[in-house]
Amino acid sequence: MNVLMFGWEFPPFNSGGLGTACYGLTRGLSREGAKVTFVIPRNANADYGFLKLIAANIKVKLLGVKSALNAYATSQDYAEQLANVKSKADAAFYIYGRNLFEEVERYAKKAAEIAAEEPHEVIHAHEWLTFKAGIAAKKVSGKPLIVHVHATEFDRTGGTGLNQRVYDIERAGMHAADAVIAVSNYTKNKIVQHYGISPDKVSVVHNAIDAERNASQISSKSGKTVLYLGRVTLQKGPDYFIEAAKRVLEKEPDARFIVAGSGDMEGKVIEKAARLGISDKVFFTGFLRKHDIAKAYSMASLYVMPSVSEPFGLTPLEAAINRTPVLISKQSGVSEVFKNCLRVDFWNIDEMANKIIAVLRHNELQQSLTENGYSEVSAMSWNNAARKCVQIYSSLLK
Amino acid sequence: MVSVCFYFQVHQPERVRDYSVFEVGKSSDYFFSHKNREILERIAKKCYLPTNAIMLELLNKHAEFKVSYSFTGILLDQLERFAPKVMQSFQKLADTGKVEILDETYYHSLAFMYSKKEFTEQVRMHNRKIKSLFSQSPKVFRNTELTYNNGLAAEAEKMGYKAMLAEGADRILGWRSPNFVYKPVSANIKLLLKNYRLSDDIAFRFSNHDWKEWPLTAEKFAGWVGKVNGNGNCVNLFMDYETFGEHQWPVTGIFNFLRALPREILKHPDNDFKTPSETAKSYKASGEIDVPEIISWADVERDLSAWTGNRMQQAALQKIYEIEGQVKKSGSKKLLQDWRKLQASDHFYYMCTKWFNDGDVHKYFNPYDSPYDAFIAYMNILGDIKLRLEKMRKASVAA
Repeated sequence: MNVLMFGWEFPPFNSGGLGTACYGLTRGLSREGAKVTFVIPRNANADYGFLKLIAANIKVKLLGVKSALNAYATSQDYAEQLANVKSKADAAFYIYGRNLFEEVERYAKKAAEIAAEEPHEVIHAHEWLTFKAGIAAKKVSGKPLIVHVHATEFDRTGGTGLNQRVYDIERAGMHAADAVIAVSNYTKNKIVQHYGISPDKVSVVHNAIDAERNASQISSKSGKTVLYLGRVTLQKGPDYFIEAAKRVLEKEPDARFIVAGSGDMEGKVIEKAARLGISDKVFFTGFLRKHDIAKAYSMASLYVMPSVSEPFGLTPLEAAINRTPVLISKQSGVSEVFKNCLRVDFWNIDEMANKIIAVLRHNELQQSLTENGYSEVSAMSWNNAARKCVQIYSSLLK
Repeated sequence: MVSVCFYFQVHQPERVRDYSVFEVGKSSDYFFSHKNREILERIAKKCYLPTNAIMLELLNKHAEFKVSYSFTGILLDQLERFAPKVMQSFQKLADTGKVEILDETYYHSLAFMYSKKEFTEQVRMHNRKIKSLFSQSPKVFRNTELTYNNGLAAEAEKMGYKAMLAEGADRILGWRSPNFVYKPVSANIKLLLKNYRLSDDIAFRFSNHDWKEWPLTAEKFAGWVGKVNGNGNCVNLFMDYETFGEHQWPVTGIFNFLRALPREILKHPDNDFKTPSETAKSYKASGEIDVPEIISWADVERDLSAWTGNRMQQAALQKIYEIEGQVKKSGSKKLLQDWRKLQASDHFYYMCTKWFNDGDVHKYFNPYDSPYDAFIAYMNILGDIKLRLEKMRKASVAA
């Protein structure tokens, strides 16, 4: 089975979970015997040496398309990125598109050319930025299209200030597709509720994690350190983390809080910590590279993912694999598949603080969550997800 | 001759609510009152009242029919408060003179393992409660979750009991059958062992359509009991009373099964019914049973791992019992009662992580989303208890 797959990032050039998810899924698919041609918009940093290497390892062929698309980009991010372009060489790179939507169109045009050349039986498009590419490819080859929804505009914006153009592309992609894959029941419900798609057309394929790739050998836990790790944006709920920190410190003055990641809310969150008078207990690290992420997990007594709306959420699984206890918001897809963790409603600051304090105070709780979380997540694998995708492909080819 | 010996366990704990660390020092109201009441009323309607009505009917109809019950003190307290009708219906059963009531710990606790003193006090309390409600003085003892070992048998003898009940676990019986009366190696009393195959046929498998014996009729079951004739004296059927109407819903036919069972069993002239005391008295011990390690009636392991198997459970148990001296010295009745209610084994059961991944059994009547939440609420409550002790200590020093 040949799969023509459209994505927009691939490790190691991730800024979010999407590249990681695509990597895991394509690796699982190759183990299931599917041949995947993975198309990405060529990132400024990518070189073919790296791409060939990956292709060799996981039997995925990577094709580059020049574009400035970045993972989990929003239109606003993209404008900022363009504003930061200084050198002429950079500018030359960026002229291909004046804004994100032009990039999307360019990607779609290129996709049609690729679809004419690359042999395939199904088309699989990840996330709204590639949906037009998927539709264009389907027009050329007439093969079934599967769109894979890793997040909806409702998650990214927390439900307010939706970008109508993004929503329209998402909706058009889902309607044009022969099948829709959602990363959780949580996301499936959103798709059915907000995009007018029949539930029968939407299959849930939960993300996973391949343990051997993620396990960290380091463990250097000391003191009472609580970690937030992720983009510092509305969707991820960093402000709830800061408010919970304030409550925790009332009972546990020795606790320390780390906010690892960058994003458009960074300034606001730093200000909030200052206003609450806890600036000396909250540390901002900015964006972390892969190696530092593993280190951050291994230092933390607890990892907190307070997302307002999280279609899936891979980081709790990464934390668990790195032997760190996890507290997640119930408004997440990962809570459907990961049991040995603590769960709260993201808005319930007191309950979040209550649970953080319990982990900091009770070694038995910390250890139980660590061990049971680790063994639960170790047993997960992308193979199940890949198998489900193959089943979906097969059902469309009947 | 085969004697069928029925014993039903009747218990509901007082569950604690999601008590937050921010309530410590502000609220000492730990229990999930409305939820506990709601659950109790539901069980009363689905199980206690209809099953008691059938039992009364059967006891009146068949002169030979007899049963036994063990009630926890906390269940009886809750019945008195929220369901007096249920209490009266149990008393009516006892009034037939064919219902034996057993003793256990008042608070459904594991105190025997952690404090002999507390254990003895709870058993005495229970004994007094049964006397006052049912005008009987129990002669047979069963411990929480049917836990048992040699030490417990010796303790029961010391306290004047004539017999104890335990699980007929394969590892204590070996090649021997549970269908005889035994004697503990450590005490001069009788030991009645649960026939777990026949008990679980009713309690667990009754409504299981995948079971090859489904549907189970009273006639078929009586046939299995009859087969014990010639190679056993008693068939000890021990189970939770909630089996009737709650674990097995009325649509499964459980009530019709129960209604027909005494008649079917008595069709065989060699069969009868006996209470645990009568069974113990009627048959000689056919051998000694040696149980150095604690056994229970839980799960396939038939051990204590569902209550004490993980670190959280061990920590919680250790912390509740380590303050015994201070609680008793404080002289506060309210504090003593709260402390005792917190000893119910159910609180530790909710912290069990054994099958958490696949959900299932432990979910029943469990108010928590996860074993971790159960632990957090419990430890916060202990934090408040400690604060109360501290305040009382300071007050007494000042005075």
